[in-house]
Amino acid sequence: MMPSMEFLVATGIGWIAACGIWLMLRGRTFPVVLGLTVLSYAVNVFIFAMGRLWSNAPPIVGSGQPIADPLPQALVLTAIVIGFATTGFVIELALRSRHESDTDHVDGKPEDRPGSTT
Amino acid sequence: MMGLLDQLPVMPVLLPSLTAILLLLIGDHGGGEHNLRKLVLSSHISIVSALIGLVIAIQLMVQAADGDLMVYRMGEWPAPFGIVLVVDRLSAMMLVLTSLVALPVLLYASGGWSGHGRYFHALFQFQLMGLNGAFMTGDLFNLFVFFEVLLIASYVLMMHGLGRERLRVGVHYVVLNLSASALFLIGVALLYALTGTLNMADLALRVPLVTGPDAVVLQVAALLLLVVFGFKAALAPLSVWLPATYAASSAPVAALFAIMTKVGVYAIWRVHGVIFGSSAGASAHLVEPLLLPLAVITSAIGVLGVLAAQTLPRLVAWLTVASVGTILIAVGLFGEAAWSAALYYMAHSTLTVAGLFLLVELVAAQRGEVGGRIESAAAVAQPTMLGLMLLLAAASSVGLPPLPGFIGKLMLLQASIGHGHATLVWSVVLLAGFATLLGLARAGSTLFWHVRADLPSGASGASAPLIAATSMLLAASVAMSVFAAPLQRYTQAAALQLADRKAYADAVLGEQGGADARTTRPYTGDGGAKR
Repeated sequence: MMPSMEFLVATGIGWIAACGIWLMLRGRTFPVVLGLTVLSYAVNVFIFAMGRLWSNAPPIVGSGQPIADPLPQALVLTAIVIGFATTGFVIELALRSRHESDTDHVDGKPEDRPGSTT
Repeated sequence: MMGLLDQLPVMPVLLPSLTAILLLLIGDHGGGEHNLRKLVLSSHISIVSALIGLVIAIQLMVQAADGDLMVYRMGEWPAPFGIVLVVDRLSAMMLVLTSLVALPVLLYASGGWSGHGRYFHALFQFQLMGLNGAFMTGDLFNLFVFFEVLLIASYVLMMHGLGRERLRVGVHYVVLNLSASALFLIGVALLYALTGTLNMADLALRVPLVTGPDAVVLQVAALLLLVVFGFKAALAPLSVWLPATYAASSAPVAALFAIMTKVGVYAIWRVHGVIFGSSAGASAHLVEPLLLPLAVITSAIGVLGVLAAQTLPRLVAWLTVASVGTILIAVGLFGEAAWSAALYYMAHSTLTVAGLFLLVELVAAQRGEVGGRIESAAAVAQPTMLGLMLLLAAASSVGLPPLPGFIGKLMLLQASIGHGHATLVWSVVLLAGFATLLGLARAGSTLFWHVRADLPSGASGASAPLIAATSMLLAASVAMSVFAAPLQRYTQAAALQLADRKAYADAVLGEQGGADARTTRPYTGDGGAKR
């Protein structure tokens, strides 16, 4: 039996989200940034899927055939734009932090971490 | 042709955004000392804009005090299809509070801090735009957008002045907030999937219609949003990021951030207090069993932090957490009297905490190398004035009469009488007040009495504008005591208005609202033909 479209999409989103979370829990800034990006992909597809999955259904009312919900598509566009901007910012921030502290660890150098200084 | 007054509700968003764009066009001083003329011009524009913003906010509050809901439909699109800005008593009060914090903070920053980095004033205005928008929007997705606007501005403001410690904490702050944004989007998408709307008035009508297994998913979405808003508000166990972030920020930025935690509280109020409140059908009273215990824990963690703090900024940051705990205890009691107390206490604690952030930097600057660490050092240059200001702010945070902190806590304790957890609330609020007293007395006596004569004295006294800016915040807080009666009437009316979901729906949705709300759910792809 063929797995349904819903099953495939749901599993795919879950797998991408899991990868994103795993990457975000790494100790270096680059995997963390990648993790955030991957997680935002999962979230974007999730928003898109919340309009239900339709094939061959245009988002136009009054055409007489099944219609797809256009609003999640508009929402996901906004989310993509915002995600793009924040990703750009966080990459620059990670680079600046790497430059300033000579390490790409998210907590900075061991001697900078709380507990060792104060 | 609409009158100018009808356009007033959009001004708190438009004014800061236009100011910010103007400031960007003017450019900045380039980070160095060579183009101070632009910096001075920028700070003048920024302050004038914040002053106009305050006047507009007060005008909106006066109009809202009559009880009318001002609904501004973007591009005249009817709700729930277009985005609406709604100004009710709560929103108007939050706008005034934002302006009241912003103006002294800007004055303070113009006294030096704004030159320690680039584009401070433009970013400050963008942050104000995000804050004002978040307090007015009547649409959940629009709330997300304004959250992002204020967050992006706050990321850069937090790192204003740079330095290794700010960057280290900044990475954490940004990554945590981006994760929270992802959760926000998931929650919002789930809400939309089940109700077919994101308009807050429409949501309040449609959430009760969701029943059965769908209601469980809906509640999951609402609880995801509680995680997001709780993170912004520093609700336990999501409060540990706050002290590190606020203590690492420069003083004016931390003072402005005092209002940022209140965005979280405000959102919890709107979504969990009203939409998932008492008349939400299967999802009614969703967060009631959760919010009160979590708020109590927040309060306890906050005062423990106050007792354990090693530096002054950290002490004030933990004080912020403790005050958020007190506010959320009042929100979690669910009732008009408790919500009125929460509103009053929120206004007071925001002003006091913002004033304290500025004040402790003034004190730290006069203590030589010891700076903000709570240990004995050379005497400060202005012990009497700074000491009295700290005493005033501390007494208000602790809740001593006749200061507003006392009135707020009294309102809260009175409101809790008859509630099932009244004993818990009384003991936690009173014990937290006592522990705050201990923590602040410890800090104050070390600062001003345990003076070491052998150390070289610190710098000269603080300049008059810095003192004036700090005093403005503390004076605004004290004024809340003087005007306690009219303010209390206002907050009571605001709490009543919040609970009146029908009037809100009628005002926002017009003829489409009411009992027979049309819904596209369950969604079948037939264009809502079943309606």
